[in-house]
Amino acid sequence: MNRWLPIEWVMAVRFLREGRLQTIFIIGGISIGVGVIVFMSAMLAGLQANFIKRVLTSQPQIQLLSPDQIARLLRNSAGEIEDAIVQRPSQRVISIDQWPKIRAQMQAMPEVVTVSPTILGSVLAVRGDASRSVNLSGVEPDSYFKIVKVPDYIVAGEPRLTSEDIIIGTELAKDLGATVGDKLNVRAATGATRVLTISGIVDLGNKGVNQRVCYAALRTAQSLLGMIGGVTTIDITVADIYAAEEIAQRIQAANVVEADSWIKTNAQFFTAVQAQQNTNTLIRLFVGLSVAFGIAAVLIVSVIQRSKDIGILRAMGTSRAKILRVFLVQGGLLGFVGSLVGAAMGAFALVYWHSVARQADGTELFPLILERSLFIYTALLATGTGILAAMAPAIRAAKLDPVVAIRG
Amino acid sequence: MANEILKLERVCKAYNVGLPTETEVLHDIDLELDHGEFLALIGPSGSGKSTLLNIVGLLDQPTSGRLSIKGHDTASLGDAEITRLRGHTIGFVFQYHLLISAFTARENVMMPMLVDRGFASAEIEARADRLLAQVGLERFAGNLANNMSGGQQQRVAVARALAMGPDLVLADEPTGNLDTRSADAVFELMRQVNRVSGTSFLLVTHNMDLAQRCDRIIEVIDGRIRA
Ligand SMILES: Nc1ncnc2c1ncn2[C@@H]1O[C@H](COP(=O)(O)OP(=O)(O)OP(=O)(O)O)[C@@H](O)[C@H]1O
Ligand SMILES: [Mg+2]
Repeated sequence: MNRWLPIEWVMAVRFLREGRLQTIFIIGGISIGVGVIVFMSAMLAGLQANFIKRVLTSQPQIQLLSPDQIARLLRNSAGEIEDAIVQRPSQRVISIDQWPKIRAQMQAMPEVVTVSPTILGSVLAVRGDASRSVNLSGVEPDSYFKIVKVPDYIVAGEPRLTSEDIIIGTELAKDLGATVGDKLNVRAATGATRVLTISGIVDLGNKGVNQRVCYAALRTAQSLLGMIGGVTTIDITVADIYAAEEIAQRIQAANVVEADSWIKTNAQFFTAVQAQQNTNTLIRLFVGLSVAFGIAAVLIVSVIQRSKDIGILRAMGTSRAKILRVFLVQGGLLGFVGSLVGAAMGAFALVYWHSVARQADGTELFPLILERSLFIYTALLATGTGILAAMAPAIRAAKLDPVVAIRG
Repeated sequence: MANEILKLERVCKAYNVGLPTETEVLHDIDLELDHGEFLALIGPSGSGKSTLLNIVGLLDQPTSGRLSIKGHDTASLGDAEITRLRGHTIGFVFQYHLLISAFTARENVMMPMLVDRGFASAEIEARADRLLAQVGLERFAGNLANNMSGGQQQRVAVARALAMGPDLVLADEPTGNLDTRSADAVFELMRQVNRVSGTSFLLVTHNMDLAQRCDRIIEVIDGRIRA
């Protein structure tokens, strides 16, 4: 007999082993429940992580813009309005007021990681007979590339942006029949024109975007768009991406800018994730409950079957507390072993599903995320559930009257 | 100090107290058992022998009267203390369901010591082996309880009852399920333990032949002792 295990544990293990079929079936039940939870949680986490990764490597977490220009109401005197219908003014593209000051302030905030001023505008890219209307982003590559991982998406050339360079999307390159090293005529609505050299071609993973995306150096874009020294947005990344909205609100309150967080601009996604998580929680709860009921049912039967053993144990001086623990340990063991088998089953199903389920283009539907924390958390939860479920049977066992049990 | 291990004074036991079915099955029992005494308890079925044994064994409480074991009045003790006292001073041998089937013979003998200490040890194993040798079953130490004959199981049960070195062993028809030869072997074993180690025995039996070989016979009829 094992000398390191307390006798309650030894008894629990022996009783479970002796009730072979019962034990196997209930562990099977627990495993299936745990497996479903592991599979579901990991897949959801994978899909979510996939999306968040895409969002976070291709867009800033907070974007500062000029506030909307609004028409002031004409008033004759207090409370008296000249005209009730106020037409929304057309929005000129204007620079953020005193942006270097705002940038300095942002950089001083401890929760902010990167700050990058950017100018955005529409221009015409012309090469030979072909011309396309494109979105030109004038950026400071040092900071901007930390926010949008342009270098990671480069498929040809290099992520170089001197004042004479331009990086364009793959579809645009195709449309214009241009490759790295070719010259491109860039024309702005103001009439300004620059000839830029294609230094790199990027694939941002979306055809529409690849048709219109262009990056140039900030100064080059500023002069093209006729806003010398101006920027239209300030892009920001923060350390805690989930705090982005709260930080954005603080920035907006303290400055004359509009601050949009990725959480706000992707609100739909978050609503979907929230709905998923709610369903997930419900499923977990009910799976957990049915597992708990299963364990309780098996242990109640076991207490009845073993009432004579319990009576004899009590007669030989075993305390009620020890008997209680013997059954609590059984519940905990069932939950724990079931969670191990279930986690293995869930992980196996996940690996299989990951290899089978593909997106239309053949890339993975979700990244395979098997976090250790999920398994530890599941094991703890299942063990806890087992112990809780064993409560009623264990109390019943502890309360058993040895006289009744032995008389049999 | 008195020489008695066990003393009952005017012990009554009623079942279903307060219900219409209330019945008193033991009436004013006075009984003393000396250290080292081997007492036979006989009487017709339903006369209250098992009830008396359960009270003496601290598994059940008397409705009234005093019970003292080794001079301790048991009325003042709490459940945990009763359990401890039972574990340390009393050994049981029952008629049915003798051993715990999930364990081997040796482990069954170790069990009272295990629940007392909490962990197994070489010392406990050695003591169990000595006790098994004493009942002549050292060869069966590793057998699961169910893989032994009734007589063998009962001898293991006797060894188990002796594990904690009790002052008193209570045996409720330990030979009731055995053939004459096995019954004889189990009885002789107990008698020998009684002689060698001075353990007191209270043996309930329907076997007059065995009863005759005890130090003293007490007859219980309708819940009263007839000397
Ligand atoms: N839990 C109980 N509730 C009600 N009555 C009981 C209970 N236990 C025993 N009795 C009654 O008490 C009386 C004595 O029973 P007990 O088991 O002590 O007899 P016994 O002398 O051991 O009989 P036997 O020789 O058949 O074992 C019987 O009439 C029995 O029906
Ligand atoms: Mg009886």
